[in-house]
Amino acid sequence: MSEAMVQVRNAQKAYVRGRQTVEVLHGLSLDIPRGDFVALMGPSGSGKTTLLNLIGGLDSPTAGEIRVGGQRIDQLAGGPLAEWRARNVGFVFQFYNLMPVLTAERNVELPLLLTRLNGAQRRKSVAVALEVVGLADRARHKPKELSGGQEQRVAIARALVSDPALLICDEPTGDLDRRTADEILGLLQVLNRNHGKTIVMVTHDPKAAEFANRILHLEKGQLLEQATAAA
Amino acid sequence: MTRTGFVIANLWRKKTRTVLTLLSIVTAFLLFGLLQAVNVLFTSGADFIGAARLVTQARVSFTQSLPMRLLPQIESVPGVEHVMWQQWFGAVYQENTQLIFLATDPARLRLVYPEYIMPDAQWQAFESTRTSMIVGRNLANQYGWEIGQKVPIASNIFPQQDGSKNWTFDLVGIYDGKDEDWQRNTNVGWINFAYFDEANQFGRGRAGTYTIKLADAGQAEQVARTIDAMFENSPDETKTQTEKDFNIGFIKQIGDIGLIVRWILFAVFFTLLLVVGNTIAQSVRERIPELAILKTLGFRDGEVLGFVLAEAALLCALGGLAGLAIATPLGVAITRATGGNLPIAVDGTVWLVGGIAIVLLSLAVGLLPALRAGRLTIVDALAGR
Repeated sequence: MSEAMVQVRNAQKAYVRGRQTVEVLHGLSLDIPRGDFVALMGPSGSGKTTLLNLIGGLDSPTAGEIRVGGQRIDQLAGGPLAEWRARNVGFVFQFYNLMPVLTAERNVELPLLLTRLNGAQRRKSVAVALEVVGLADRARHKPKELSGGQEQRVAIARALVSDPALLICDEPTGDLDRRTADEILGLLQVLNRNHGKTIVMVTHDPKAAEFANRILHLEKGQLLEQATAAA
Repeated sequence: MTRTGFVIANLWRKKTRTVLTLLSIVTAFLLFGLLQAVNVLFTSGADFIGAARLVTQARVSFTQSLPMRLLPQIESVPGVEHVMWQQWFGAVYQENTQLIFLATDPARLRLVYPEYIMPDAQWQAFESTRTSMIVGRNLANQYGWEIGQKVPIASNIFPQQDGSKNWTFDLVGIYDGKDEDWQRNTNVGWINFAYFDEANQFGRGRAGTYTIKLADAGQAEQVARTIDAMFENSPDETKTQTEKDFNIGFIKQIGDIGLIVRWILFAVFFTLLLVVGNTIAQSVRERIPELAILKTLGFRDGEVLGFVLAEAALLCALGGLAGLAIATPLGVAITRATGGNLPIAVDGTVWLVGGIAIVLLSLAVGLLPALRAGRLTIVDALAGR
């Protein structure tokens, strides 16, 4: 691990809910080195997902700087920000969020429609991604024909297929049983260690957090401490 | 997979709903195709009939007849080339099938309507045979009539001297039109006025209307005004208008067809707008998180908007084109079944208007849901807000 993959400087985020303004992050700063696997923990409302959204370019800070891979993404918006996400970040969510009308392989292919790859190149990339997550034999199945763990593997393959440097995972095992969760976390660990992916994962589950290299605790929009996981 | 493939896959997300929506669009456009053809027929179908002919009728109503003594006076008006008269026969064939039959003078018919094409021998037979009649090609084909045949025709207006309303005529000629438009209009039968005038019980020397062929179409207004002025304040006041206006007025006896058709189409499309609009809106509401995921993956707002709009357009185009495709042969079938009396041609004009309707419908039903999809923010959509 060398230079910072993610640099957050004095990030503030406030949401307007009706007549109230809710401040979620209060000048948070953070460095995540390239190739790191970080778990963000904390109680509900502590700002974990908000921080994750800022790092992933899904939302913009009210103030402060967000730099990912050396680029100031807090200064991007709209189309350029969407393009940046397509090239640099893969997302994995708690409820998989696959397209129910598409087969596993077509779900994985979806991000590649934004690239200049031709059909054959896309199919090859999809096959590799599904192979990495161990689901090559389920390529033609639709999400409803897969188990929760398998759906999450498809979601991971979709996150990987454009070969982004950064993976953003929001409660990736929150909807899975312990054994399946461990399999998914093991897969993320392999992607981190063998494929060099930088991973930022939000979790409530201390056992899941143990798969990360570092655990960051948030409370009331502030980083409390940094710990190195035993794994 | 392509983007089009993705749109198609989403369209078939709920097959039953899509099929039912498609069927409603198909039905609407089928109706649209047929009614639009009817509309074209009634609003511009008489265009081919030149303004070079005028029709003079009784001022009160065309159901009132005019005396034959007006003929020489009408003929004397400058600009009038030929004049014929005709009497509506009220023809009924077989079991209550109403036909368009008019009694006229054969020689004058030929002069006033040179668009009717028939061999000389048949024109001569029409003039020289007292009980003669000629019919248009469409009418002859519909009933399988052949020259030389005696055709029994009843009149629901004119009884013969013996009180019988059953007449028999000798079919001596079958005429064609000079071109495609006139050929489509060969569904009228003409009977020899001389015989009709002698044999009917209601008396002689009455003409239903006069048809006037002008030397110059540009004089139509002036000639019409002169004729009507000539009979002003007489017992037989007249109303003279172009043949096209007369025909449209005749059709409007049963109502303003164009207006009726437009209102029906408005009702159909308004209902369709609600049905399809609701379907598309519902479909977008159901997959807000999926649309947010598309944006998360890097699809731009405009691209997501485009997916939804393309889905609406594909649905409308599939249904609309299928409806028009069914209406086209159905129009031909209706034309044949009515023996050309209701010539419904779902032609290029109807397809063009249909195409425009498809585009407008797509925009009307797809634009709002598409804008909503394009504007949604990822974080709120994923959080279910």
